[in-house]
Amino acid sequence: MNHFGQTARKDLWWVRPLLVFIGLFSFIVYATWAAFQGEHYAVGPYISPFYSPEIFGNSPHSWFGPKPSWWPTVLGFSPALLILWAPGGMRFTCYYYRGAYYKSFWADPPACAVSEPRKTYRGENSLPLILQNAHRYFLYLAILFVIVLFYDAWKALWFTDPTTGQEHFGMGVGTIVLTLNATLLGGYTFGCHSFRHLVGGFKDQLSKSPVQRKVYTCASCLNKRHMNWAWCSLFGVAFADIYVRLCSMGIWTDWRIF
Amino acid sequence: MASVTFQIWRTHASGGQLQEYKTEISEGMVVLDAVHQIQAEQANDMAVRWNCKAGKCGSCSAEINGHPKLMCMTRMSDMPQDKPITIHPMKAFPVIRDLVTDVSVNYRMKKKIKKFKPRPPDAPDGTWRMAQSDIDRIQEFRKCIECFLCQDVCHVLREHQLHEEFVGPRHMVYTAALEMHPLDVEDRREELKNTGGIGFCNITKCCTTVCPEHITITDNAIIPLKERVADRFYDPLMRLLHLFSKKKNNH
Repeated sequence: MNHFGQTARKDLWWVRPLLVFIGLFSFIVYATWAAFQGEHYAVGPYISPFYSPEIFGNSPHSWFGPKPSWWPTVLGFSPALLILWAPGGMRFTCYYYRGAYYKSFWADPPACAVSEPRKTYRGENSLPLILQNAHRYFLYLAILFVIVLFYDAWKALWFTDPTTGQEHFGMGVGTIVLTLNATLLGGYTFGCHSFRHLVGGFKDQLSKSPVQRKVYTCASCLNKRHMNWAWCSLFGVAFADIYVRLCSMGIWTDWRIF
Repeated sequence: MASVTFQIWRTHASGGQLQEYKTEISEGMVVLDAVHQIQAEQANDMAVRWNCKAGKCGSCSAEINGHPKLMCMTRMSDMPQDKPITIHPMKAFPVIRDLVTDVSVNYRMKKKIKKFKPRPPDAPDGTWRMAQSDIDRIQEFRKCIECFLCQDVCHVLREHQLHEEFVGPRHMVYTAALEMHPLDVEDRREELKNTGGIGFCNITKCCTTVCPEHITITDNAIIPLKERVADRFYDPLMRLLHLFSKKKNNH
């Protein structure tokens, strides 16, 4: 009988799953805390990616005005809670993250060629994990989010003059942070395995559709580094929120480039 | 010349155990050379399967220091030699003797996969026309040497012994080569979901890590097949589109 962690491996096999656990757990804790704050998520032309699109809210970025009166007070309110389930679902069902958290959080297996704590195994054949097949639906939503975040990056180029009230073109460090965040999320989203399948992977004869073949090749190129995109975009989105939050709180000052 | 200690799995009537051997290692040797040297000088009855010594026959699969590897492609100079080097047979399969395992379950499972079924010939002389770019995609899968290291490291087979429920990474690669072939018209998605057990794969990518031919098994074979199965069984929108288009959606 094998026991949990039994292996003939002599390398530090537990380091990688431990680092993944620390990275993902830290992000979950921070993102949950940030989502429940409901304040300091916008400053000047910048809005935190955790709060965008702001469907209802008190900042000037809100699409449909402040919190609706019909919203049950018992639930508490934060604009982030209305939207974060979508990108959260995208990451939760992502093929890369699945492999990573099955190992790090569930030890299924803890690492390659290392014994597991459980003897039974159902995989993604039955509920609840069969729902991972909904990944492509989260992808559709994630694409909309990437478009919105690029629009936010565009809006972050327009600063209001406090004396005249007029908007003028400019660039701050925050503009770069939000643009970089949208780019990283774009690289992650458009390199997604489901995206790669839907744009051409489902076909056996792409040579008959040159444009589709080109898009498939681009998606495949991004997909080769999907893990790197996944981690960089995860840290990128958290840093963008931290940047906007600290600027909004007056702890950091946004440095204007021009 | 350096003396290196090996601990090699030896079977006996009531089971098996690691047995220690010391042998001299010279420049350029691989683990299989060392095993052969031990076999020649100290353990004439030790069973080890090998053939080409060039990483192309897939016979000498074993677990070296716990890592599934081909013994003939593992250089001694890459191994830490200050501690004993352990060599186990592949854990996922029953041991016949010493380092030799019974991998016949793989051949049995392979027979269950629907064979290549080409569309009618394109030309009157019975030949077909294919674009190189279409065939490039599956060329990667044809590199498989059937060493079964991917099957060995897959925890579904290794840990849970679900050989009858899950065909494993090797046969996912084989199925992908058929399913994505530009001439093939067979639909294997139902088979993949049911008898193939594709849902058992939880994307640990261990198979990709150990593949001596560097086939990107998970990303290029298993996940695209999972997506095709999702098209057919788990995506109502795709089913609806398929209903209207009236075409087999993978061609």
